Amino acid sequence: MKHVYTWGAILAVALASVIGDVLLAGAMKQVGDVHALWRRSGLGSVIARILTNPTFFLGVSAMAAAFFSLLFALSWGDVSLVGPAAASLTFIGNAFAAKIFLHEKVDRRRWIAALLVAAGVALLAG
Amino acid sequence: MTFRKYVVLAGVTVFAAAGDSMLSHGMKQTGNISIHHLSSVVLAVLNPWVAVGILLLLAFFGSYMNALSWADLTYVLPATSLGYVLLALVAKFALHEQVSPMRWMGIALISGGVGFVAGGPALTSHDHHRPHGSGGSDCRSSHVVGAASGGAEP
Repeated sequence: MKHVYTWGAILAVALASVIGDVLLAGAMKQVGDVHALWRRSGLGSVIARILTNPTFFLGVSAMAAAFFSLLFALSWGDVSLVGPAAASLTFIGNAFAAKIFLHEKVDRRRWIAALLVAAGVALLAG
Repeated sequence: MTFRKYVVLAGVTVFAAAGDSMLSHGMKQTGNISIHHLSSVVLAVLNPWVAVGILLLLAFFGSYMNALSWADLTYVLPATSLGYVLLALVAKFALHEQVSPMRWMGIALISGGVGFVAGGPALTSHDHHRPHGSGGSDCRSSHVVGAASGGAEP
């Protein structure tokens, strides 16, 4: 039963992280290249654009949810399992989500990268 | 990719790794926090390691947002996973900890993954509205590179 809770919490962490990453990435694409924006209208306008973007705050909320799920996961499972498992699942989940929701061209090169990084992170726990 | 953008990616990597290490070091000094004594979280912030860790993680968040404004999520994430490699190298050469063969293998896989994306384009999503056209030429030229080196460009 403990396993079920641990893996449930790990999945919750990964899901909330993926949602947060996708929302934040989407928000920053709406804001546009901050280097160009900064050069044109200054740092204040960059900050104002980010802080008036509703998607940005949804993303931050999802990240907060991920953080609290991580605390729950850590109270049931070992950090050496929870950390790498959640990070690996987040990498794979992000590759899918970025393709579907952000319309990024996740080509073979990027799939291989996501899988290699996810496997590498899992091995770091060993 | 300009030099400045590489600096931002390096910032994401270094700030995340350094912030996490400082937080972890500080939290080990402050001891366990239980659900029943949530006030101890406030005390933890007074620990200088924790405070610096939080500042570094804020710097990480700033550079992460910066990177996401001009690069794909599937580009930024693997590129910044080099932080794991950085942490292992710090553990080995600065803290003189044992790094097991399994971990070296993990490091090799992550570095390989980073090598795979680093050769490709940073931005592929054709954004419906890019109010600030700059970066377009940057993006186009890297598309050519991606296609030339066998990327599955249409």
